[in-house]
Amino acid sequence: MTRNSIIETKDLTKRYGRNTVVKPLTFSVEESEIFGFLGPNGAGKTTTLLMLLGLTSPSGGTARVGGLDPLRDSLQVKQLVGYLPENVGFYGDLTAHESLSFMSELNAIPENDSRRRISKILDEVGLVEIESKKVSEFSRGMKQRLGIAEVLIKEPRILFLDEPTLGLDPDGARRLIDLVRNLNRDRGMTVLISSHNLGHVQQIADSVGIMMGGEMVARGTMQELAGDIDGAGGKQYPLEEIYMKYFREV
Amino acid sequence: MNGLYVVFKKELRDHFTSYRFVILFALIAMVSFITSYMVAIDLRENLEELATVKFPFLMLFSATGTLFSTVQFVAFFGPLIGLVLGFDAINRERSHRTLIKLVAQPIYRDAVVNAKFLAGVATITIMLASIILVIAGFGLAILGVVPGAEDILRLIVFFFISVCYLSFWLGLAILFSLLFRNIATSALASVAVWIFLSFFVGLAAEAVAEAAFPVDSRKDTGMETIIKNIQLKRALTLCSPMALYDEATSAMINPMSRSKKLFMSGPLEQILSSRFQNPLSVGQSLLVVFPYVTILIGMTLVCFAVSYVVFLVQEIRV
Repeated sequence: MTRNSIIETKDLTKRYGRNTVVKPLTFSVEESEIFGFLGPNGAGKTTTLLMLLGLTSPSGGTARVGGLDPLRDSLQVKQLVGYLPENVGFYGDLTAHESLSFMSELNAIPENDSRRRISKILDEVGLVEIESKKVSEFSRGMKQRLGIAEVLIKEPRILFLDEPTLGLDPDGARRLIDLVRNLNRDRGMTVLISSHNLGHVQQIADSVGIMMGGEMVARGTMQELAGDIDGAGGKQYPLEEIYMKYFREV
Repeated sequence: MNGLYVVFKKELRDHFTSYRFVILFALIAMVSFITSYMVAIDLRENLEELATVKFPFLMLFSATGTLFSTVQFVAFFGPLIGLVLGFDAINRERSHRTLIKLVAQPIYRDAVVNAKFLAGVATITIMLASIILVIAGFGLAILGVVPGAEDILRLIVFFFISVCYLSFWLGLAILFSLLFRNIATSALASVAVWIFLSFFVGLAAEAVAEAAFPVDSRKDTGMETIIKNIQLKRALTLCSPMALYDEATSAMINPMSRSKKLFMSGPLEQILSSRFQNPLSVGQSLLVVFPYVTILIGMTLVCFAVSYVVFLVQEIRV
């Protein structure tokens, strides 16, 4: 079973001065899978995402996103990828609807197409009733859903979600996880989700990569990683145990 | 190009709807009203005595009424408009964590900084144009002097120079908004540089010139030393954009003034020249101001170019 790798890196490295934030990293993500990107703070997850987007230039190695070089074809890559940064910010004086139409203008989506997409997406993320409310009045959960909506407006093939459930209440987090799952199932979107919350990742990820100190110490499907623990596999281990095993090793 | 246009539109909208802009505009409009009103009243009373006056219309802008002229006002406080429009251009986006979102969209990164600069210039242009038009209309109503083609031409050149002058300060403020992550720091830095360049440089130039070529009135100083002293002082003063702006606008808005190039004249010659001087033609005035305008535009471009490069190499994480 060989599927297309939509994201591939080879020896991708990032150094700041003497400090190596991402050690030579080689991994790939298949098309239409949900990839959980795990690791403690400062493990190099965000830096890796930024390099894949072409927003940060790597110190070494190469990356391919949808067959494109993020540095050279940065505009096409940004068209392909929707990126939701950690703690995304908004222009507080715009309404939800205005924010979305600003994003769609930036993506050069034609006027009538944009109107259709906005109303559909507002419905999808459940913000229809408050579409003309100013973003500064939004709760955190609402903001996070608006953030997702802003990313979806360009109808990306790949989603990069950096800590999307951080600071959300359990209900908000569950709704967000459901939304991501639906997007993946209905549209075949590839999703890279970085998170500390192992429970959330375990719920939706097809496979995970664990980063520690700039290295990917483990990479595989849930079952494979569970098998690593006792050598036999088959038994379902919670992700937390797998994670802690590597955490202790490093 | 799409990205540039979209960000430009949004920035312009932000400028015009912000309280900051409204307050600033109200303040500037108020001061210009007062100055032009004073000058107009003053002129109306004295115009008959000044039988030989040429270009009375331009005097609306150049004459110092009770306080200061419009030109002086723009020279002094114009920089504040530029600074206020730019000092938080980039770091506000950073602190609101919207910059990363912006550059993650399929637009070129330079579109962001270009659009912010252009939107600032557009705002400055609209602001200055409306102020000049208001003063002109005011003057027309009170003075009843109709401007000729040459007055209008000179006014347009003055307007252009003023936009360049304010754009320099805008460029400087945008540069600071890139260099300093903290909004308050960049605001403070802009004001500090404004005070330094506008007020301190003149003093410093004098001190340096005195130290290099001392001129003592009690002793007989050689002519050569006096000339060198004045030349050095002038050269150093031109580091200040305000001095440049003064030089550039004075000949444009006041056709009677010539270049301030050093020439010595006795009291009799001064009286003679003020009596029998004819105004310069527009072409000649342009020749006089051209070097200063060039330096001013050059400084603006350098400021913007540095911001551009800094923004392109800077890493954006938030």
